[in-house]
Amino acid sequence: MIRRDFLRAFSGLLLGGMLMPLHALAAVWNKAAFDSKTLKEAESGLQIPAETVSSDIEIIAPDKAENGAVVQVEISSRIAATESIAILVEKNPTALIAHYAFSNGALPYVVTRIKMAETSDIKVVVQAGGQYFTASRRVEVLENGCG
Amino acid sequence: MAVANDIKMRAQLKGDYTEIKVLMTHPMETGRRKNDFDEIIPAHFIQLVTVTLNGKTVLDAQWGTGISKNPYLTFRVEGAKLGDKVAVIWHDNHGASSSQEIEVTAA
Repeated sequence: MIRRDFLRAFSGLLLGGMLMPLHALAAVWNKAAFDSKTLKEAESGLQIPAETVSSDIEIIAPDKAENGAVVQVEISSRIAATESIAILVEKNPTALIAHYAFSNGALPYVVTRIKMAETSDIKVVVQAGGQYFTASRRVEVLENGCG
Repeated sequence: MAVANDIKMRAQLKGDYTEIKVLMTHPMETGRRKNDFDEIIPAHFIQLVTVTLNGKTVLDAQWGTGISKNPYLTFRVEGAKLGDKVAVIWHDNHGASSSQEIEVTAA
């Protein structure tokens, strides 16, 4: 049993190590942006200088969320050459929820489930061809999902 | 693989695109919740998720603590064929990771 556990742990380490070394990992995750409390700080952490409001970003989310612990959000961008989609919630303890970068044939579309502390705008920022575009959608939250 | 079956996934060819759905098992603790003894439960959450198609990265996700427990993710890729290999790997803030690989199937 001990030997098996060891082998399992070891092979996991080996595989993880091969695919992405730990030091590289620390460099990839944007700590400054994810630690930010406010929308503004998070956006400067993501190095978003300025953004244009766009109707080519679609956000599908419930008008009212019974429980803020699980709010399903579907986002698609019709902006040509969309490279990434960032999701922010203005009134959460930390504003930045997720950042998705698409490559090698991935379409600018994502469905994800997020936590919301209270009624707030969900803000989406799309990066396309070195420019930033944004859209927002308000979700009324009945029960705090951030614990 | 750390835990072989804690990632459920599916990749279905749906005409012009392939839809990839991933369900991961993870507590996604924010570091702000308290237990019954009024002690803070330390943050424990997935920070990075990478999905590859035949070894090429198609999606690079960075997550904060605002992703729900047992994360769910759907996205779409163009140009995949039946039998192509789709792999996902995640890394959390404790240095743990898990991965899974499947083949593209018909819808």
